[in-house]
Amino acid sequence: MPELTDIIIDKEIDARGSFCPGPLMELIRGMKALPVGGVLAVLSSDPGSAKDIPAWIQKARHEYLGTFPEQGYTRFIARKAH
Amino acid sequence: MTERMSIIVFSGTVDKLIAASILTTGGAAMGMEVEVFLTTWGLEAFRKDSYKTNMKVSSDFEEYAPIMMEQMMAKKVPSWMDNFTNAKEIGDVKIYACSMTMELFGMKLEDLEPIVEDVTGVAVFVERAKEGQITLFI
Repeated sequence: MPELTDIIIDKEIDARGSFCPGPLMELIRGMKALPVGGVLAVLSSDPGSAKDIPAWIQKARHEYLGTFPEQGYTRFIARKAH
Repeated sequence: MTERMSIIVFSGTVDKLIAASILTTGGAAMGMEVEVFLTTWGLEAFRKDSYKTNMKVSSDFEEYAPIMMEQMMAKKVPSWMDNFTNAKEIGDVKIYACSMTMELFGMKLEDLEPIVEDVTGVAVFVERAKEGQITLFI
């Protein structure tokens, strides 16, 4: 897993305060809008995201770049693979 | 092989409609075909504009209805109708109305929210659900 400082984020979506499945929906929409190879970060305060978001990234066959905990929320990062 | 989730939505109370709508969203997000079959009170809840005023909660938890609605407003939880709409946007979701309920309640397709695709019977639902992996009754 790369360090957060090594990742260049193309777009960051703030989904904090949004409930399951809100942050995942934001991620899916954001991925659609992004060109292939683009890196998307989603901020979520929903505890469900910790399992849901990586599961979706794997299922959708994008590249999972990591989960980075912050104060009261988590930053999830993925690269659009196709 | 097609992955399919089939959901029978019988209940028309907000708590159960939220559950059904979130499961629909989850199925759609994970790439499954989702077929929602609306019957009885579940179909009544999809009458045009009805969701805007529906504040009903399962009768066994009725005392929680005001606090639940208040919390949902305060925390800006998306409505179950929003969830179904979002699910359709991201995935393959089809919502069907039960023909028998339509008859019983004297409904036409145009009386329902436009998110409802078509009217179908139980036999077609069963035929399609049996090819799927997940079937739920809510």
